[in-house]
Amino acid sequence: MTAVAAGRPGAHRSAKARRRRRSPALTVIMLVMFVYAVLPLFWLLANASKSGGDLFSTFGLWFGGDFHLFANIGDTLSYQDGIFLRWFGNTVLYSVVGAGGAALLATIGGYALAKYDFPGRRLLFAMVLGAISIPGTALAVPTYLLFSRVGIVDTPWAVLIPSLCSPFGLYLMRVYAADAVPDSILESARIDGAGEFRIFRTIALRLLAPGFVTVLLFALVATWNNYFLPLIVLNTPDWFPLTVGLNQWNAQANSGTSGAGDATYQLILTGSLLSIVPLIIAFLVLQRFWQSGLATGSVKQ
Amino acid sequence: MTAPAVPAPRSGLARPFLRLRVAGYAFFLPFLVAFLVTVVAPLAYAIYLSFFQDRMIGGTVFSGLANYARAIGDALFGAGLLRVALFLVVQVPIMLLIALGCALAIDSGRLRWPSLFRITIFMPYAVPAVVAALMWGYMYGDEFGLVGQIGDALGVALPDLLSRSWMLASIGNMVTWEFVGYNMIILYAALRAVPEELYEAAEMDGAGAIRIAWSIKLPALRPALLVATVFSIIGSFQLFNEPNILQTLAPAVITTSYTPNMYAYNLAFNGQQINYSAAVAVVLGLVTVVVAYAVQLLTARREKTL
Repeated sequence: MTAVAAGRPGAHRSAKARRRRRSPALTVIMLVMFVYAVLPLFWLLANASKSGGDLFSTFGLWFGGDFHLFANIGDTLSYQDGIFLRWFGNTVLYSVVGAGGAALLATIGGYALAKYDFPGRRLLFAMVLGAISIPGTALAVPTYLLFSRVGIVDTPWAVLIPSLCSPFGLYLMRVYAADAVPDSILESARIDGAGEFRIFRTIALRLLAPGFVTVLLFALVATWNNYFLPLIVLNTPDWFPLTVGLNQWNAQANSGTSGAGDATYQLILTGSLLSIVPLIIAFLVLQRFWQSGLATGSVKQ
Repeated sequence: MTAPAVPAPRSGLARPFLRLRVAGYAFFLPFLVAFLVTVVAPLAYAIYLSFFQDRMIGGTVFSGLANYARAIGDALFGAGLLRVALFLVVQVPIMLLIALGCALAIDSGRLRWPSLFRITIFMPYAVPAVVAALMWGYMYGDEFGLVGQIGDALGVALPDLLSRSWMLASIGNMVTWEFVGYNMIILYAALRAVPEELYEAAEMDGAGAIRIAWSIKLPALRPALLVATVFSIIGSFQLFNEPNILQTLAPAVITTSYTPNMYAYNLAFNGQQINYSAAVAVVLGLVTVVVAYAVQLLTARREKTL
């Protein structure tokens, strides 16, 4: 597609990518994609900065008369006795514990599959690979039923336990560990008399760190953005994550029974803005890690 | 993969072998437990439930394949499946083509600010589907919608994107916005792994940019493209978050059976038909796995014939 625009058949280029001639046409096409990606986020920022009246009376793609963002943030945080902060805290808890646990289990498990020869290893790996294509949402309803039997529905455990297992994370770490941890290092550590756990803790874990961060980030996105499962297993608003809470406000704003509907839109917009900031910062700060980690997972089969 | 397991010799070497095996199992055990609890157990329970029915007289009784027979003949389920199939056939190729174009453009070295484009196009992936659906839903909507405002400013009547005829396309746009950058990054990562010497050799032979893209880059992208396709297929069949959120904004258009997943959810939680819901979930899972597997087989066969 866009490569056609870049192509100048016959033109002789130098080998290094950095020194290739720039193509303005290609840059313009990509600017369109840039606008597509950023426009809704800019719209969100602009409208979260408006007063309730300006939201309905001024054009959506620019800021309103006065800059209301901080007042709106204040309103959002104090609405319903500060339930938004509670939801924010819940989301942090679910994603840090859930994603941290998932990344740790995937790292240890992937290392075991890549570096140890034990019977049943191939079968187990094939099973986990098969599980990647099982729709997560198809599991959610039976999970709810199982959890209600055990009596942990409507507690944080019902959200935390399912997020501990990341088949895709295991797949990624198995591929990553195969290359990142040389067998020779393991052999010499064994000859020196180190135990297996100590080898893992002192040598392998450090070599696996970039892969670990990649899996952690993607598990973090999955848990931070999780909606279907908490929607099913939680009833008490005090345990809601941000996603379920924001949609509850949305339902409230659109129910039309109370006159408060219009004011709630302002809270939803500001709350949405607040809920996406942490992940965007995490991705920006940890760029180097996830980009190299993903390269491993997508190239090898 | 490493060499297959060598049978342990009956000498003094047996003990270290045993020690490594035990360590391997021990390291895999925590993941295995999580896997059994969160994947295998719910799956087995869903299959078990799907063989029973709640009868007015006699309570819950074993009913064999009756729920499956009902699911296969269910017009609502069929309509939902067709809808996500249509979504899949249109949205996935568009999204992957755009992602492919972006990845090739960023890799071409002919772009100004390539890393800026890489990061910003990827950014929507970090936005929760709920927030994406709320944002786009409000922009489409009539309360303070951007689409209506633009129409007013231009003096034309733009179509109502939350109406019956536009809804699927509107959801397609949301999903594309969320995932085009993620797929772009996967494809771009695969392109980065192509050794530079390959390009040098091709250029030495006089190959142009198009020729290089066609003969070196596209074949190198094949495994990553397959992974992206399979994940997109799974995502399409699972469609739930976006239509579920939009239901509040357009209750007349998005019915409780709009997608198969919404149908299974509503059967279980609003219709109290847990057993039938389990059967629907199992059939949906089977359809997904079969389609994803068929795509892989088709690609593998084409590779052989080439």
